[in-house]
Amino acid sequence: MSGSADLNRNRAVDWALMAYIVLAYAFVFAPIAASFVFSFNSDRFPSIPLGEFSLDWYRAVATDPLVWEGARNTLVVGVIVGVISTVLGFGAAYTDFRYSFFGKQIYLALALLPPTIPVIILGLAMLAYLSRVNLSGDALSVIISHVVVCAPFAMAIIRLRLSQMDPALEPAAWNLGASEWKAMRHVIIPFTMPAILGALFITMAVSFDEFAVAWFVSGLNETLPVKVLGFLQGQVSPRINAIGTFVFILSMTLVILAQLLLSGRGAGQTSADKE
Amino acid sequence: MRRPITLYGLTFSLPLLVWQILFFVFPLLFLVALSFWTVKNFTMRPDFDTVNWTTMYGRAVFWQAYGTTFALATAASVLTSTLAFPCAYAIAFKLSDSARRWAVFLMVIPFFTSYLVRVYSWQIFLSDNGIINVILGWIGLGPFPLLNTVGATMIGYLTLSFPLVVLLQLFSLVFIERTLIEAAHNLRCGRLRTVFAVVIPSARVGLVIAALFCFILSFGDFVSPVYLGGGEPTTLSILITDTTKSGQQWPRAAVIALTMIGTLMLVAFAAVKFAYKGKTR
Repeated sequence: MSGSADLNRNRAVDWALMAYIVLAYAFVFAPIAASFVFSFNSDRFPSIPLGEFSLDWYRAVATDPLVWEGARNTLVVGVIVGVISTVLGFGAAYTDFRYSFFGKQIYLALALLPPTIPVIILGLAMLAYLSRVNLSGDALSVIISHVVVCAPFAMAIIRLRLSQMDPALEPAAWNLGASEWKAMRHVIIPFTMPAILGALFITMAVSFDEFAVAWFVSGLNETLPVKVLGFLQGQVSPRINAIGTFVFILSMTLVILAQLLLSGRGAGQTSADKE
Repeated sequence: MRRPITLYGLTFSLPLLVWQILFFVFPLLFLVALSFWTVKNFTMRPDFDTVNWTTMYGRAVFWQAYGTTFALATAASVLTSTLAFPCAYAIAFKLSDSARRWAVFLMVIPFFTSYLVRVYSWQIFLSDNGIINVILGWIGLGPFPLLNTVGATMIGYLTLSFPLVVLLQLFSLVFIERTLIEAAHNLRCGRLRTVFAVVIPSARVGLVIAALFCFILSFGDFVSPVYLGGGEPTTLSILITDTTKSGQQWPRAAVIALTMIGTLMLVAFAAVKFAYKGKTR
């Protein structure tokens, strides 16, 4: 194709590829941007040309007590799920970091597989199982199923941070007389703290957006995404855009916080001078 | 490091294990048991009867849905992989380091927006009076029925898996030895031929895994076929929700779910085997 002395570069191809990147991102962000724009649009049936600027849909959402209840459930569930997932994920990440034992492959498979099972199947299995053991229909069942899906994310994030740690640090602490528990408290936890907080925020964000499992297992205590599903099933309403924009801003705040924690500080040094 | 089992170690390793066994393994096993239960007068009874399996497998509707879902998911993974590759390639080889970091960050954002909201947003674009038809109207075309078509379902699948596929492809592309590509160029291998003879084979594992994830996601998705495809043709996920929500036929839904899991496991096994074929590992 090129054949010239300039072997690696071809202006036209480079420009075409750049244009392609822009197109790809346009495709990915078109629905997100449209949702944002039309949440401020007065029209009942959103399309172009745009109607007037209005906050009607936000007002409609804000005055709907059911939405508030859904939002409250979503937040409570999200925070609890985040905490439990992070604790479980930390334990599993540390286990993988420090121990090798018979059946570790199975342990890791159990720890990491759940997100690859389609949510619809997981939802059905959870609904059937939890209703059998009398746990279905309340917030508890949503929390249980969300943790199953979220804990693997927490584990992956914390494991990544642990792999940046010098494996000799912990034995060094033991040699200096620290017990295992003390080494955990003064060496491991401070070092992984950014990842722990990052995992906390990421799992909370995942829980906020998750809806299918929640839809199946939650009875009366609907979370916000379940409410959105309800709107979709009934008449189409731009209120979805308002809720979507609100949840998006909330999730992005969490993700950016996590991002700052995970990458902002240099790896390694900060843990020492914090104590 | 091999050590005796201690209270300390168990404190960290047991909680997740217990949780996943109780709330992940048990529900899936229960699904197996459930598929042999019987339903009489809208109530389920523990039983050991293969009636659900024979009923479901004897229905043309089921096999139609199975074929549709399999074909749609296959088409989605081929389409998504093909469309994502030039994007991942360009990000990997044509952008500066800092631009690449931004590109990755931007591709992660969709994971934290509600998939449902994005699907609803596509309705704004695709409906009969939607954005695309209005624009087409300006140049005297249309309106075309875009919503409630298989094409719309595909757009939904793309929305679901495109970012993930780009990221997975990207991670396999950035680890290719640059010297390999330079060597190909030095040996007068053309650009396109380099891509097919050097880049794609080197990144094969990542590319196949990315396609596999797209298959898994599309195979199980029920939002796009319902809200963009209009519920036609029926996919297995639609069949599951219909079966579950109407008439307490959970055992039959369990049969569908287990068939789906079995299919996904076979596909995953085949894909991984293909990905690592000929690799010495």
